[in-house]
Amino acid sequence: MKPPPLRSAAMHRSPLPVFDFPPWRLSGVVVGALLNDPAALAALGETAHQPPYRAPPRAPVLYVKPRNTFAPDGARTPLPAGARSLCVGASISLVIGRAACRVPAAEAMSFVAGCTLVVDLYVPHESLYRPSVRERAFDASCVLGPRVVALDALDPDRATLRIRAGEPSVERVADTSGLLRPAAQLIADVSEFMTLHAGDVLLLGVRHPAPTIEAGQRWSVECEPIGALHGEALAAREGDAS
Amino acid sequence: MKTARVAFAGALHEAQPHDAGLRLADGRVLRENEVVWLPPFEPGTIVALGLNYADHVKELSKELTIGEKDEPLVFLKTPGSTLGHRGVVRRPAGVHFMHYECELAVVIGATAHRVKRADALRHVAGYTVCNDYAVRDYLENWYRPNLRAKNRDGGTVLGPWLVDAADVPDPQALALRTIVNGVVVQSGTTANMIRDVAWLIEYLSAFMTLQAGDVILTGTPEGVTNVNVGDEVVCEIDGIGRLSSTIVGDEVYGILEQHECASNT
Repeated sequence: MKPPPLRSAAMHRSPLPVFDFPPWRLSGVVVGALLNDPAALAALGETAHQPPYRAPPRAPVLYVKPRNTFAPDGARTPLPAGARSLCVGASISLVIGRAACRVPAAEAMSFVAGCTLVVDLYVPHESLYRPSVRERAFDASCVLGPRVVALDALDPDRATLRIRAGEPSVERVADTSGLLRPAAQLIADVSEFMTLHAGDVLLLGVRHPAPTIEAGQRWSVECEPIGALHGEALAAREGDAS
Repeated sequence: MKTARVAFAGALHEAQPHDAGLRLADGRVLRENEVVWLPPFEPGTIVALGLNYADHVKELSKELTIGEKDEPLVFLKTPGSTLGHRGVVRRPAGVHFMHYECELAVVIGATAHRVKRADALRHVAGYTVCNDYAVRDYLENWYRPNLRAKNRDGGTVLGPWLVDAADVPDPQALALRTIVNGVVVQSGTTANMIRDVAWLIEYLSAFMTLQAGDVILTGTPEGVTNVNVGDEVVCEIDGIGRLSSTIVGDEVYGILEQHECASNT
């Protein structure tokens, strides 16, 4: 058995976009904010006050998309065993430009290099009590790109996404205005406890409810000037037990 | 074989144990306190287990909901939270309960995709020690344990050595303990894991491909207690290593006042 490489070779084969302004490449850290759409929290209603939650969240509710999930435009994503559908969670995402540690909201945007688009594919799940790693960390479930655009090309709090999903495809338009934590506040509240490093990607959050697709169906998400991402859900791989 | 990654005299080095401390690949022999210790491998995906020791589950039983033992409690951490041997960890002013967690860290050495339990250990490069700190004041019941409690800067201490899997014939027969200021405060054995290393690799690789450099933090036994500024915390696993870190206060980071005194108990 060879020892693991001092630098992970897989990072160099990664499908993440590179770009021609600092920090030039992504770090491979992708963190998303849940429940940042007021509609998502409102949909929980009284449930958010009852066990096991007991109270609505105070800090941002975050999750990590690990490197096995990264896929480029055109991703074909097999459903995990036992899953019948996937949510197509489209989000404008911030690309951090320099280390942000305990930064106030008023200064937060000076730590952002630009924006990209992330489509987070996840298995629908009702409980938000435990980290839903099985539902969110399966292979090829984080489609990122196609470009990173500089902050002066797109205001992340005023972006419009066109999402098409399912067959026959239904188009919906989602914008990023009115989130519980706009971009600057999210960076402030996350960097309070974890430093965001150059090249880290922070998803602003998915609009509620996210559309779903089944095996064999396609999705696409477009946001100018970033461009469009496309993909398809495949049936669970043969041999996967449910 | 045991290897470390250290910084010394302007460069990063691979190092091996030596009677006097450690020996760099270029031949220089140094004492343990002459180098800066980094995690002994470059961490890729960091997968952590909660509630994976029967005794620790019993310790926390009042907090658990019914059915908790059915599915392993898995969460992910980011490489930004990692720290090497002899590093310092911040205890925010005003918190009531920050604790260590001594854990066996399993470092993947070969891509693992839908591997079976019987083959799982062939995908392990080696083992190291992890201290997976938590600040319980910040726990919330949303994607719990949430990142604010478990993914703080410096909260994932790894090292000092990566020990080749070939030198660890049975990862389920290792005694582990935590020593705070010279007093043993936590002790257990990897034999008490609810899900053993091979089971975890089979479970995880069924839905996520594990790659070389990914690491599984396998959970902690009972005996978590509060640590305070100035405490020296040593997590030790027999045959794997002795991992030290020191708790420091806000003033080291130029934080003059506490903006929020959160208690979620």
